[in-house]
Amino acid sequence: MPPDIEAIAEQVFAALADPSRRAILATLAAKGPATATDLAARLPITRQAIAKHLGLLSEAGLVTAEPGERRRVRYRLRSAPMQVAQRFLAALARDWDSPLDALADHLDRSASGQTTTPLHEMRGHHV
Amino acid sequence: MGFPDRIERTVQPAHPPGKVWAALTTAEGLGAWFGNEATIDLRPGGSAQMKWTEGHTADMRVERVEEPTVFAYTWHIYGLPDDDPRRTYVEFTLEPVGAGTRLTVVESGFAQLPDDAHGKAHDGNTQGWASELGELVDYLNAA
Repeated sequence: MPPDIEAIAEQVFAALADPSRRAILATLAAKGPATATDLAARLPITRQAIAKHLGLLSEAGLVTAEPGERRRVRYRLRSAPMQVAQRFLAALARDWDSPLDALADHLDRSASGQTTTPLHEMRGHHV
Repeated sequence: MGFPDRIERTVQPAHPPGKVWAALTTAEGLGAWFGNEATIDLRPGGSAQMKWTEGHTADMRVERVEEPTVFAYTWHIYGLPDDDPRRTYVEFTLEPVGAGTRLTVVESGFAQLPDDAHGKAHDGNTQGWASELGELVDYLNAA
């Protein structure tokens, strides 16, 4: 496993733990690149706080600043770290316990000649 | 923190490996306990598919077939975009224990790094949309 994958995921989750940073990332995802001033107009956060959060997000590689004059710098979401975090979540969401219960159930039922009902169906599980 | 790259479970059904093998490797077995419907071409490189009544489908590529001890496949990771090329590897190992079977399932590969995780030039969806919208604008301007 690359040594820094954990660090990348950690930065994403740390960024998402703060509601203001979540709002900034969500706005960039929904509306595309924006300046700190644009974001301040759209969000109930002061421009100063937005600049601070953008600095932190930029250091973490979650947004990149497009080159430009200081107050007109637009920030763009970097999706690559989000994809790393997504894989972390995919592993947590991967449910092997329910299918394996269903397998045991299937083997027992087919041994005793009963019809099988997949467990995930009974529980409404999605694999 | 610990990035979960590998998920491992061991269960011990009170049934012989041959029976467990059939449940894992036949369309009838997979369609009974795993999906609601299944097809499988049981050979390395063969395709398998499971369908669920609620509409989800899983496409698998069979990787190892060593009856009745090892069955493995790769599949797309549920929850990730459909066009994500990375797959996890799922391996079932069957071991006779008394009259039953020790069945171990290992799914690995969750921690693969995206190709562009460090890339500056190519930045996933954002860049993709920006360039596609740019192409659309060019197309409309030319028309």
